[in-house]
Amino acid sequence: MNSALVRALLVRGMLAGLLAAVPALLFAYFVGEGPVDAAIAFESANSHEHGEELVSRSVQSTAGLATGMLVFGVAVGGIAALAFCFALGRVGRFSARATAALTALAAFLLVYLVPTLKYPANPPAVGDPDTLARRTALFFLMIALSVLLGSAAVILGRRVAPLWGNWNASVTAGLAFTAAVAVAMVFLPSGDNIPKGFPAADLWEFRLASIGIQAVLWAGFGLAFGYLAERVLAPRPLTHRVPTPVA
Amino acid sequence: MAQSTAAPTTQPVVTPLPLKAVAPWAVFFGVLMLVLLYFVGAEQGVTSVVSGEGVHEWVHDARHLLGFPCH
Repeated sequence: MNSALVRALLVRGMLAGLLAAVPALLFAYFVGEGPVDAAIAFESANSHEHGEELVSRSVQSTAGLATGMLVFGVAVGGIAALAFCFALGRVGRFSARATAALTALAAFLLVYLVPTLKYPANPPAVGDPDTLARRTALFFLMIALSVLLGSAAVILGRRVAPLWGNWNASVTAGLAFTAAVAVAMVFLPSGDNIPKGFPAADLWEFRLASIGIQAVLWAGFGLAFGYLAERVLAPRPLTHRVPTPVA
Repeated sequence: MAQSTAAPTTQPVVTPLPLKAVAPWAVFFGVLMLVLLYFVGAEQGVTSVVSGEGVHEWVHDARHLLGFPCH
């Protein structure tokens, strides 16, 4: 029965991720594509060789963007649902809906926002292709570190909560996480290599758009998955038996 | 669980799902989801499963805007 419950939550997580990816896609199209186009204009103006165009810009910015966003939504939604299954009832006295919201918040902070402070999103033309391997490795290393340190902070908080109370334990965990991440960021090498003359305003707008996309995605996921998970975990009495798995 | 003093809340404590039930789903679907993420975020960047540039070019804009190092 529990296994079916996990399956039901996983399916709903993927569905919530897909749903949340729709507003994120709209945000990406209307807010993010402008800075991308500006960066590509800079790239071609500076005759940076980009080779043959396999996929046209109009396809990249519509069908291509949609494919990437929706698949990303389903994938992270599924992973977040599995994290939720693990976190439920283990991180404190939170309801299913609150746990879903906290899972989404933690995913946004640990997998996106904290790593992006060190290795922010780069528009086309920013980033030397010769350093791609190194930048990719550092990017994923930073995500792994952030998730690891975040999980360690939660464990620390849970350990000291019975001694110091929930408030002090949360503050302690937050401080420990911030300090550890700060040390990691100081010692990891910088990933920036912005070409000379690249418009600073465009870089700022692109990065802000990138943060906005992820914020929309995770806010949407937290809300949608919280609603769906609550219905799976606490069905109305006598109407349905637990759970109602999807085929 | 965390409360050292009894909380006056009437909210029931949620029972955790047993790890034995979560683990198989987490392993199989976790890997599957990571494969999907790989194709959106990293395929035909440093490593290629499919030859050429088609996948990279198709998801190009999403890859940039989601924060993955693209090229």
